[in-house]
Amino acid sequence: MNSTLRAILIPLSFIIVFLLFWEWLVWFNNWPNYKMASPSDLWPAFWTYKGLFLEYGWQTLWRTVLGLILSVIFGTFLGMIMGLSRIAYEGLYPLLVGFNAIPKATVVPVIALLFVGSHDFNTVLIAFMISFFPIAVSIALGLSTLEPEYRDILRSLGASPFTIFWKIALPKTLPEFFGALKVAVTLAFIGTNLMEIISPHGRGLGHLFSSGEQNADYPLMFAVLIALAFMGIVLYYVVVALERIFAGWAERREG
Amino acid sequence: MSDIKIQNVCHTYNTNSGPLHVLDQLDLEIGDGDFVAVVGPSGCGKSTLTKLVAGLLIPDEGDVMLDGERVKGPRSNVGMAFQNPVLLEWRTIEQNILLPLEIVKGHGLDARQRKERVSELLAMVGLEGFENKRPSELSGGMRQRASLCRALVHRPEVLILDEPFGALDAFTREDLWVVMRELRRQEKFTCMLITHDLRESVYLADRVVVLSGRPGGTQYVQDVDLPEDRGLDVLFKPEAISMLADLREQIAIGQKRQTIGEAV
Repeated sequence: MNSTLRAILIPLSFIIVFLLFWEWLVWFNNWPNYKMASPSDLWPAFWTYKGLFLEYGWQTLWRTVLGLILSVIFGTFLGMIMGLSRIAYEGLYPLLVGFNAIPKATVVPVIALLFVGSHDFNTVLIAFMISFFPIAVSIALGLSTLEPEYRDILRSLGASPFTIFWKIALPKTLPEFFGALKVAVTLAFIGTNLMEIISPHGRGLGHLFSSGEQNADYPLMFAVLIALAFMGIVLYYVVVALERIFAGWAERREG
Repeated sequence: MSDIKIQNVCHTYNTNSGPLHVLDQLDLEIGDGDFVAVVGPSGCGKSTLTKLVAGLLIPDEGDVMLDGERVKGPRSNVGMAFQNPVLLEWRTIEQNILLPLEIVKGHGLDARQRKERVSELLAMVGLEGFENKRPSELSGGMRQRASLCRALVHRPEVLILDEPFGALDAFTREDLWVVMRELRRQEKFTCMLITHDLRESVYLADRVVVLSGRPGGTQYVQDVDLPEDRGLDVLFKPEAISMLADLREQIAIGQKRQTIGEAV
């Protein structure tokens, strides 16, 4: 079988089987749709609110992506400092671990109160706060585990620390960086939605979700979940595509 | 060109478990265009020696002179190769070999000349046509060949080899010894080779220096009077065998000294 066709058909058929199973489960148990919506309830929900889905979906997406971009910039910078300086590593690492240990759901109301009214800012901030940790750690680890010979090769020719970072250390950490970015994508979505759900008069898919809850519109809630999953998949594969371009060399080729 | 003079060098590292005295009153002279092998028991400061000559480390005491000038820091006329070939996986073999030319200024080579230089070197080490391969497609021996090309691409005056063949299997290692002699015939450089392998030192070098155990100092110097144009069979000649026996004995003495030193 053609390999591209195969790459599409196999996942697609599994999705269809899953949806059929879901539909059957609801039908078999005779669950009302306020207990569990079935896939056939979702299309009407999408259709009724299609304008809102587009508008709020876009809001959720750009807030998440902006938060991610910020966490890439800040995480790389922090990871660089920690990876290149022993003192910074020893000093910042416990602080970071402690910060990461705080469940972000508890930070959300604090931030929401702190910057009351600025929904966009709040949401981006939480998406950023929740997702920069894996990036910083992966860059720091990648840099600090660089074999000294790599450094010596360039250092013996009189290269500056920046040249060594740019030509060797940074490209060498790219595979770890992309691994972390895949985790960060998922985390950033969690952050965005937490804030959108919690802040009053918020916007974005999180808000659509909570208004579905308030109006007891359960198919709508499930439709939001599916929309979020779809966006998560798309963003994840964007990262995979970037990884292929920038760190494709790290992939083990077969044969 | 370039001669290396190491005079009365002492060096101590500060480690968590106290100071570690690695080199003590080390004297070593490598004439212009000479090939000197340094052997000695493990932990006798051989790698420290490479760092001193490369200018990556400044000795606590004594002088490292290159061309009559004190080495104060890294300089671009040095090429290095290690036991680990450290090729960059995201670059092709050609791009890997060209790396030093991206750092060293004033080599005056345009893109075409650089490509030619790479093919010339690859031909010398028996890797013709491997320009566009990735390091992951090469065997250990091939990677080490490419690493030698990278060390030589900018025509360094001094070549520092830190156990470059240590991790290879015996057959590949001997192939690379022959490659190394070929490189030496075609390129001009002063070379310091750090090795654990006495046969390697005798086959490749004009002079073998034995370091005593930690702290390392010059213990014994063996001039290698074998024909310039030598094949591997030279190692079975009586002169070579007696040299190897002498060197082995000297290493044993050095090791014993180190063991006694550690016991005290």
